[in-house]
Amino acid sequence: MTDILMPALSPTMEEGKLAKWHVKEGDSVKSGDVIAEIETDKATMEVEAVDEGVIVRLAVPEGAEGVKVNTVIATLGDGDALRAPDAKKKSIDKESVAKDNKALEKKEAAPPAAKSTEEKGAPAAPKVEVASDPDIPGGTEMMTLTVREVLRDAMAEEMRRDEKVFVMGEEVAEYQGAYKVTQGLLEEFGAKRVVDTPITEHGFAGLGVGAAFGGLRPIVEFMTFNFAMQAIDQIINSAAKTRYMSGGKLTCPIVFRGPNGPAARVAAQHSQDYSSWYAHIPGLIVIAPYSAADAKGLLKAAIRNSNPVIFLENEVLYGKSFEVPKLDDFVLPIGKARVMRQGKDVTLVSHSRGISYCLDAIKQLEEQGIDAELVDLRTLRPIDFDTIIASVKKTNRLVTVEETWPVCGIGSEIAARVQADAFDYLDAPILRVSQKDVPMPYAANLEKLALPSANDVVEAVKAVCYR
Amino acid sequence: MAKGGAKSPAAKPSAAKGKPMPSAGFTPGEDLQAYRDMLLIRRFEEKAGQMYGMGLISGFCHLYIGQEAVITGVMAALKEGDQIITGYRDHGHMLACGMDPKGVMAELTGRADGYSRGKGGSMHMFSLEKNFFGGHGIVGAQVPIGTGLAFANKYLGKDNISVTFFGDGAANQGQVYESFNMAELWTLPVVYVIENNQYAMGTSVARASAQTNLSKRGDSFNIPGEQVDGMDVRAVYAAMQKAADWCRAGKGPYILEMMTYRYRGHSMSDPAKYRAKEEVNKMRQEHDPIEQVRLRLIEGGTKEDDLKKIDQDIRAIVGEAADFAQSSPEPDPAELWTDILSDSAETVEA
Repeated sequence: MTDILMPALSPTMEEGKLAKWHVKEGDSVKSGDVIAEIETDKATMEVEAVDEGVIVRLAVPEGAEGVKVNTVIATLGDGDALRAPDAKKKSIDKESVAKDNKALEKKEAAPPAAKSTEEKGAPAAPKVEVASDPDIPGGTEMMTLTVREVLRDAMAEEMRRDEKVFVMGEEVAEYQGAYKVTQGLLEEFGAKRVVDTPITEHGFAGLGVGAAFGGLRPIVEFMTFNFAMQAIDQIINSAAKTRYMSGGKLTCPIVFRGPNGPAARVAAQHSQDYSSWYAHIPGLIVIAPYSAADAKGLLKAAIRNSNPVIFLENEVLYGKSFEVPKLDDFVLPIGKARVMRQGKDVTLVSHSRGISYCLDAIKQLEEQGIDAELVDLRTLRPIDFDTIIASVKKTNRLVTVEETWPVCGIGSEIAARVQADAFDYLDAPILRVSQKDVPMPYAANLEKLALPSANDVVEAVKAVCYR
Repeated sequence: MAKGGAKSPAAKPSAAKGKPMPSAGFTPGEDLQAYRDMLLIRRFEEKAGQMYGMGLISGFCHLYIGQEAVITGVMAALKEGDQIITGYRDHGHMLACGMDPKGVMAELTGRADGYSRGKGGSMHMFSLEKNFFGGHGIVGAQVPIGTGLAFANKYLGKDNISVTFFGDGAANQGQVYESFNMAELWTLPVVYVIENNQYAMGTSVARASAQTNLSKRGDSFNIPGEQVDGMDVRAVYAAMQKAADWCRAGKGPYILEMMTYRYRGHSMSDPAKYRAKEEVNKMRQEHDPIEQVRLRLIEGGTKEDDLKKIDQDIRAIVGEAADFAQSSPEPDPAELWTDILSDSAETVEA
């Protein structure tokens, strides 16, 4: 007897929907036969049998959602097994699937992504109470959406609003987005406005800049920001500097967006966080949201802005669900940090997936009697120093958290500014939590060590609190 | 052309295609206009070189002397709204686009009345009014940008073309070919004008290019290309007309390799030791783009005095530009902090 397990179909997949069974109990299959269709948040994939035999048992019903990777979905055996008494006992029912999932959850040495406070499908009920955003009017009806969905919605809304907005990049149209962020846009807006490019980052980044100079408002998607290094000359020398070099005559209204930072198990060339690279450049605006509401409100603001905007998304966050205001036109101000949680003992400043580590750490710190304040930068250029400094003046302690490398990172800049502007308010040195100063390793244990963690945050906080 | 030697390009302008370029005859009026336009560039550049020597202009300064027929012939074939973009040897293009010599020269001196208010310098000037999109200092970077201007033209349904200039040196940059691919793939209205002045800084075409016939560089993308005598303004004009018609007919990009020559060094600090004096002298004496027109005008009956009068007018314009560029104030120190970002009030609609 062989168990057939729910397969992981992408580096960051944690669960999926068993969309369709192509076989029933008692069917004979041979290696290569399609036995099921599995829908992830990115795509629908076919699952093939890898061995020959008879399907003894289907353990997960068709249509079951949220089936965790590595759950037993079927059992393959010889024909006799079908009549074995225990096969009947474990017939399909949704309850047992749910139990299986729960058991698996406990058993699993969860990677950092899985430890995040929000899970797909569940309404945003983080373990840590998160303060509401003052930019969202009180009493606004909220809905639960993933970051992936709101990024698409933000683009679609802006494309409906302004004919000059278009999206270009690798696989954005017919493939529906390598990470499914542009899903449905081709259908609504057509190939003129949703443009599949060849694999030619330097070229299409420059072409986008030219299109912006020519009166359009391009959204250029990089499949990941790792590939944008090929295009960085056009981003910096052409997009960022032209307004200044032209004495204000020529602006470049363009958004460069895509996933940034480590995903999971994709090694050094596909796991770099470019936050500080772009935040270094005058002439750029750099945004790196954590929540879906921020992703939506800030992407809409980015598209409307007349400057070049670097919009850093995070692959691990794409599938996370959050409360998003149900408003026709939800636009957030660029350059404004958000105090996500009020606290009195220490200030945590972070952005993007760094917030996940902080939220987990805050829960642990609470248990140890440390009350942390959490500031989500949201925009990395310009950084909202007013909010940071106000918080530090209240808590007198600061820990920065990011997935960037430590040297010349976002935390370095914040530390420099805070010691200059609030030196007398500090009761402890500022500490930085970051990715370790090494290229990202592939091995699971080493990758975990290289990434920042909630534990790193807890340790740093305890150090600045002298605990 | 054979490898291993920088042969005089203009001597056999269209040998590659094995047939002579159609050299549309200019009327005396057209010749006179071309003479005037080219002379303005020549005198302006001479003055810029002189002012550089006096320390009034600093940094990089790449003169266009010798190549005047290229931009002049191209401009004559364009229509209102067509865009121009080029690399760092850009003063001639700006003047030909109709930008004010005073503003260009004041930018060279780094003054407040310069086109970029003193913040750009020789390589970075722009004029939306004149459809001039720079002035780009990174070799080849203007090529995808120019292709993007064409993308915008097509997207917006405009009947305009983008004329994207680059040199023989830039022709070896990868992004040029990324652009060629997309331009043909999406049939974008862009004419790539390669100004082959024979030297990428100090490296001759033969020493840098495996395929020295740069007009063939579009072959693998199915982009037509041809070599043109870039010292003859009439040949440039005729070729550009053909290329522009091709683009406007929705057939996609076109490549024109202009065989030209720069008399001066790559930049002001280049003594040009990599080529023989005789080579330069031969080009000046036998193929000078301005002298060719002058001789034609004289043969056609234009009086020497009339040409002298034009020369005087041009010198006056250039002199005025030089005076203006020296009397314009330096930018206000507060200007250091302006023009970095477009302010949000201007951009984010309520």
